[in-house]
Amino acid sequence: MSEFPADSVGLVTPQTVHFQEPFELACGRSLSGFDLVYETYGELNRDASNALLICHALSGHHHAAGYHSVDDRKPGWWDSCIGPGKPFDTNKFFVVSCNNIGGCHGSTGPASINPETGEVWGRDFPPLRARDWVNSQLLLAQHLGIDCWAAVIGGSLGGMQAMRWSLEYPDKLKHAIVIASAMKLTAQNIAFNETARQAISSDPGFANGDYLKTGSRPKDGLALARMIGHITYLSDESMGKKFGRELRSGTFMRGSDEEIEFQVESYLRHQGEVFSDNFDANTYLLMGRALDYFDLAREYNDDPIAAFQHALCDFLVISFTTDWRFAPERSREIVEALLGARKNVSYAEIEAKEGHDAFLMPIPRYIDVLNSYMVRVFQATQTGAGS
Amino acid sequence: MKYEHSAIEQWITPGSRVLDLGCGDGSLLAFLEQSRAVHGCGVEIDTALISNAIAKGINVLEKNIDEGLDVFGDNSFDTVVMTQTLQAIRYPDRALIEMLRVGREGIVTFPNFAHWRCRWHLNFRGRMPVSEFMPYSWYDTPNIHFCTVKDFEDLCATLSIRILDKEYSSEHNSFEPLVRGMPNLFASHAIYRISL
Repeated sequence: MSEFPADSVGLVTPQTVHFQEPFELACGRSLSGFDLVYETYGELNRDASNALLICHALSGHHHAAGYHSVDDRKPGWWDSCIGPGKPFDTNKFFVVSCNNIGGCHGSTGPASINPETGEVWGRDFPPLRARDWVNSQLLLAQHLGIDCWAAVIGGSLGGMQAMRWSLEYPDKLKHAIVIASAMKLTAQNIAFNETARQAISSDPGFANGDYLKTGSRPKDGLALARMIGHITYLSDESMGKKFGRELRSGTFMRGSDEEIEFQVESYLRHQGEVFSDNFDANTYLLMGRALDYFDLAREYNDDPIAAFQHALCDFLVISFTTDWRFAPERSREIVEALLGARKNVSYAEIEAKEGHDAFLMPIPRYIDVLNSYMVRVFQATQTGAGS
Repeated sequence: MKYEHSAIEQWITPGSRVLDLGCGDGSLLAFLEQSRAVHGCGVEIDTALISNAIAKGINVLEKNIDEGLDVFGDNSFDTVVMTQTLQAIRYPDRALIEMLRVGREGIVTFPNFAHWRCRWHLNFRGRMPVSEFMPYSWYDTPNIHFCTVKDFEDLCATLSIRILDKEYSSEHNSFEPLVRGMPNLFASHAIYRISL
């Protein structure tokens, strides 16, 4: 495996588990069984006390670390944090990452076949909430012989799942690591999501969500949706630094009417195109809705302190200074509620110029905070051992 | 600091909730968790120290004390401790008031700027004192609000803060009677237990 970096988990192979039992959803409907695609890194110890669950964000999937083939140009989406010697150290922990249901990377979702009709689900796929993902992840834990996670970890929408875990199954996790997340989205945040959704649904290729049946694709709409999202995941500073006003083609010279293209335009278009080639539009709509509907304290009389009183685990909350999509203020609200509920919580506000995307980057101080906290997570796995 | 830890320890009720403002690497809270089984939480602004405290298993929040303590509810702690931090913050008066809103009692420790060594330094050298316990030059010191034992007691009176207990330390034990008699001159450090 010399072709991979020494701190990489190397070649990984996704696995699929099929659950046959009917699976009740928060919306009142149920799936008559479902597939979950997942990857694991590291070894589960004898008393299954060293398992970490990685929850993915809006456009994430199960491939969080390592490579699927020697030809892969890029490793998994959170390779900066998962591997030997990295914060989620595969020499110490058994790391589990799944593609959430509703996704489009192999788990049951809108692009799967509805067994009742024999046709693609498409827009008929039931709407999902974060708790549905938590419930499906619980089944995966049971399948893997894990009774209690050493930690449930997630950024953005993934952080929402980690918080939901702490309320739904308080005795099934020892730590929750909530990164660049929020207890609920602001109106501005929902507005961005809705604009992205409109971009998709107004694309004629969307065919009212039945594009897989009609054979069309809402490629432009999905690309535009991703471009909108992408802008909000970066900061003014990081875009300025990366692209400035550099031109990719054309000139402002007098006498030239050559078409002008800024670097940032070409970058965004490229990001949009790549995304729309690899992502299902109905999944994008579904994930975005789940994000919008998430409200940690809704069923606790809108009282986040009352909500967190149900939690038993310890918390690490992290935010990034230039993240305006999930601003530090949102994380401070989480911390305030946890303090009010008298929970163990640590909080770090990482100085970073990368905006919301910072949570995926190997920023030294961020890695340092995670490493420090994982010392504590690891110690908890040792004290529980053999007793 | 060891002396300071045991002086603070005597005023901490076993099993109580302790907030440490400017907790550094979390040593005091780690010590109190061991000796008094407290439920501790620290506030710190220095990023390296925050990581050290987290690795020790201390709950620590990255926060600037000068921006207020509004994440903490009224009376959410039994004791709020602030060691060797008062002189480094922008609004020491506001911090004291906030401390006693968040906790029933406060414990504050600070270096006494009226200590004879400082006076001697100023008097005969005519320069800002630089010593073992004040190792910084005036222009790069984090200590922007030095005060004396008398100044601190005056501020407490102004803010209607009650002084429940006080202890002083000096670099030599043999100075103890002097320290007790004339703390403003002979105490190098002061420890106060306060409440509203």
